[in-house]
Amino acid sequence: MKILVCISNVPDTTTKITFTDNNTQFNTAGVQYILNPYDEIALARAIELCEGGKGTVTVVNVGESSTEPTIRKALAIGADDAVRINAAPRDAWFVASQIAAYAKEQNFDLILTGRESIDYNGAQVAAMVAEILDVPSVSIIKKLDLDGTSATLEREIEGGKEVISIDGAFVASCAEGVAEPKIPNMRGIMSARTKPLVVVEAQAVPELSKIVSYETPAPRGAVKQIPADQPEQLIALLHSEAKVI
Amino acid sequence: MSVLVYVEHADGKFKKSGFEAVAYAKAIADQLGTSLAAISIGNVTEEELGSLSRYGASRILNVGSEQLKTFVNQAYASVIAAAAAKEGADVVVLSNSFSGKGLAPRIAVKLQAGLVDGAVELPDTSGSFRVKKTAFSGKAFAVTEITAAKKVIALNPNAFGVKEQPVDVQVEAFQPEIRGNDLKTVIKDIVRATDKISLPDAERVVSGGRGLKGPENWGMIEELAGLLGAATACSKPVSDADWRPHSEHVGQTGIAIRPNLYIAIGISGAIQHLAGVSSSKVIVVINKDPEAPFFKVADYGIVGDAFEIVPKLIEALKAHKA
Repeated sequence: MKILVCISNVPDTTTKITFTDNNTQFNTAGVQYILNPYDEIALARAIELCEGGKGTVTVVNVGESSTEPTIRKALAIGADDAVRINAAPRDAWFVASQIAAYAKEQNFDLILTGRESIDYNGAQVAAMVAEILDVPSVSIIKKLDLDGTSATLEREIEGGKEVISIDGAFVASCAEGVAEPKIPNMRGIMSARTKPLVVVEAQAVPELSKIVSYETPAPRGAVKQIPADQPEQLIALLHSEAKVI
Repeated sequence: MSVLVYVEHADGKFKKSGFEAVAYAKAIADQLGTSLAAISIGNVTEEELGSLSRYGASRILNVGSEQLKTFVNQAYASVIAAAAAKEGADVVVLSNSFSGKGLAPRIAVKLQAGLVDGAVELPDTSGSFRVKKTAFSGKAFAVTEITAAKKVIALNPNAFGVKEQPVDVQVEAFQPEIRGNDLKTVIKDIVRATDKISLPDAERVVSGGRGLKGPENWGMIEELAGLLGAATACSKPVSDADWRPHSEHVGQTGIAIRPNLYIAIGISGAIQHLAGVSSSKVIVVINKDPEAPFFKVADYGIVGDAFEIVPKLIEALKAHKA
């Protein structure tokens, strides 16, 4: 079995988000980059599914050479090999086109992503890759089990879940519940240095959209404090002032 | 040129987010001086279909196929793309729901359209076509220009107020051919907690954090939520400790919500939590630590012990409702 896990290099969750150049560029000064937390879940499940020699896990990232520490982290966690498609990840359509072009020739049984990247929150890459490859996809799964070539998945829906079965190759985006992220051990960190990391050149992809500017949320007014012994005041304010109850 | 809106339903009933998508698509059609068609897939009654006309949909394509009774994103995307071609639609609108997130990218690839997911406002169509969307998990917005001729927009739930503008309605059956290859996923079961309000759709949310000390103390959270008609939620440490299910975790690595009212009880307000809830219209924070960072982004705050305050709030709310 061959599993491909698509990973992104994203700003750490504690990053304060600011912009430069008249709010047209994300300010990368002082930003720490990490492996996208949802991709860690996808990677952990892929490794579990391949345990005991049942298969191999390849990670793919669309990024410039600055993303290699994040790719090496994925190798340290337990991926067998890695591919970096050498380009700045313009948008989801660009990234999905690159991954699909690579995957087309590799015959993966399963392609996993995180449910979304925590920077642009598109949640688009998994379904786009699947559409380009003309295979099924399930977005935002909570559970993934394989039995031979048949898979059972649970997908989150508003107020519940759907249980889905698929035969054959497919793409899925993983959310919490699929697996617990794995922490690399010392052996993993040592071996990651020598695992294969292949760099391939990107394909030309037509532009369909582009980000032109950024905004930060408007600051809220000062908090109105309500005395702890008069919580009924809160109910009155929510009713008559905020008009939300 | 026209606008097409896909309206999602659950067990044959349209959802509020679906009506929002119709009202939003109608506003775009008006802005572009063009017509709007809606498409529904699966078993929906004529009467329910007619309800879309309240929000401006005068023409409805009804795909009442037995094969498409349950959601298969591949087949649904094919049907919606076929409808867009038939209607000559340049703009396709849908809700950025769990299903919408699986569907919109496939439609966009089929149409070679530019896709904006998580839209929060009407597009600016003076000159280029620009849509504002959430980014960095609620810490910012990105204004995206769709440069392709065709556009797909997935609208965030609770971001665009529904406005009733009833029109006469015409329902037309639409039966495009479905490829076998589009039907490879099989839905075995759908489990819905019918007694609970779904968190992503909720207009009001009551959320608990580590300050509640343990899962046994969630009774008062549920009672307060019940009285408010609110969904329950929690912070990451709470779901990590298995006090509450992962599906209730709101924040940067959980789900992002934007209810009209968010009440945070015993949550300090770490930057990752704030990212997922800062789009809420009104935020109430109850915390015993006056220095809790959450108070800086709250509209109303009570400094004090949740175990004393929440029961009093419940009594006050009962009195208010009586």
